[in-house]
Amino acid sequence: MANKISDETIEYVGILAKLELSQKEKENARADMEKMLDYIDILNELDTEGAEPLSHVFPVYNVFREDVASQEDGSEDTLANAPVKKDNSFKVPRTIG
Amino acid sequence: MAKQYETVIGLEVHVELAAKTKIFCSCSTEFGGAPNTHTCPVCTGMPGSLPVLNKKVVEYAIAIGLAVNCDIARVCKFDRKNYFYPDNPQNYQISQLYLPIARNGYVEIETGDTKKKVRIHEMHMEEDAGKLIHDEWDDTSLVDYNRSGVPLVEIVSEPDMRSADEVIAYLEKLCTIIQYLGASDCKLQEGSMRADVNLSVREAGTERFGTRTEMKNLNSFKAIARAIEGERERQIELLEAGKAVIQETRRWDDNKEASYNMRSKEDAQDYRYFPEPDLVPVVISDEWIEQIRARQPELRSEKLERYKKEFDIPQYDAKIITGSRHMADIFEKASAICGKPKKVSNWLMVETMRLLKDHGMEPEEISFSPENLAKLVNLTERRMINSSVAKEVFEKIFAENVDPENYVEEHGLKMESDTGALEEVLKKVIADNPKAVEDYHGGKEKALGALVGQTMKAMKGKADPGMVNQKLREML
Repeated sequence: MANKISDETIEYVGILAKLELSQKEKENARADMEKMLDYIDILNELDTEGAEPLSHVFPVYNVFREDVASQEDGSEDTLANAPVKKDNSFKVPRTIG
Repeated sequence: MAKQYETVIGLEVHVELAAKTKIFCSCSTEFGGAPNTHTCPVCTGMPGSLPVLNKKVVEYAIAIGLAVNCDIARVCKFDRKNYFYPDNPQNYQISQLYLPIARNGYVEIETGDTKKKVRIHEMHMEEDAGKLIHDEWDDTSLVDYNRSGVPLVEIVSEPDMRSADEVIAYLEKLCTIIQYLGASDCKLQEGSMRADVNLSVREAGTERFGTRTEMKNLNSFKAIARAIEGERERQIELLEAGKAVIQETRRWDDNKEASYNMRSKEDAQDYRYFPEPDLVPVVISDEWIEQIRARQPELRSEKLERYKKEFDIPQYDAKIITGSRHMADIFEKASAICGKPKKVSNWLMVETMRLLKDHGMEPEEISFSPENLAKLVNLTERRMINSSVAKEVFEKIFAENVDPENYVEEHGLKMESDTGALEEVLKKVIADNPKAVEDYHGGKEKALGALVGQTMKAMKGKADPGMVNQKLREML
């Protein structure tokens, strides 16, 4: 059975994602999210008693890098796609102060 | 009678680690580069880039964890903390929520004569965010990602502190431990150590915690002390007026000495943590921990104990000297060379501290060598120079690390040990100052001082004042 997602939840997720959704978009998002939750319900039917939570499927661990600095100046590539830049920095709408 | 309130404080301390490169890429962590020069696809969150953990960061974190008596996790991993802000190019910060590297530690703090333990809940590794600079010219913000991905540990205490004094003692303790380990320089003003203060008040004698607020933007011990006082007052006023304290994040403005709510209801706090799929778990073996433990330097508390046994210097001096590992190193090396720890300690406690203060410097910035300090101690002990010349020479050592033996030689500062020459001068001084001589014979001790002064002047300061005094008395 489909989980019911309330209007408040849709509003809240919209705020978290910084999205302003139209009524139509909200309905679509609700339908998609309910489908996902239905799928989770299927997973929840499995008996996971005694199984360790898993964050990686491969038995690989301790992949490290040595602490040696690269001398490259990355600013040109980093700023290549900046919509607006100034003083070698990204320029964005005022966010502080 | 007015109600008594108790302040309950817990701290979240961020410490920037001394690694040369960022936590997940090989960009330099060096301070002061031109904007965005220390960036790459990883630390700017470009699609398809993959983070790889810096081994040194894990080792620093283990070293700090051990030094603050934590249990080190045998398996730890990273999680994504999601939030949207221009300082964060990935839209998530890689941090550790579920399995942090260290847990359940404590440090012992001292305020006045009281000692107490402040427990550490956990410590985790994470990355720093970029820097936003407000552009006054066109009212926009400029974003520099050089800081993005700089390695940090966050140390979260239990709510065990009750006053600003205890908070400062705790921070100083953490700072000294971490500096001794060489894991960070821990400078509050420069942001390599940052503290967020969680504070609540409750009626004295009650068990239950009040509602807490979190205060950010505290970048000096003084600001922390003022912010704690201000927030305590604000919360008590609310409670006295029958209002509730709201759990929120507040920003301290030290100029206005007031705090402001940082986030509105629209900025719902929900970080939706989940395991970081791009990084594999870290497994820490007993061998690795033991290797790091074996490399740990002697920490301040251990040094203090040893100084008490080895050196005949006051406990107060030992505390000041061990306050900086660099100064303690100079003290130990110079003492070993000249064998006069008390004299070395005096030079550090008096003249060094005075010069540091005059120049607005930290003990870490002392640049003279223990060898030269030891030579100076020997010169004065062998009565080769008198104390005023020694002070003058020390200023040169402090400023330019000069070799005092050469300096004294080159500038002809050696004390005149030729008694014949001294007697000649004394004869002349006595002959030139009949009034003072008469006063001295008339019982005026002060007159002798004037004659000593005249003699020292004639000898260009190179005589031993004790000897002058003695000879003068004999000749009169």
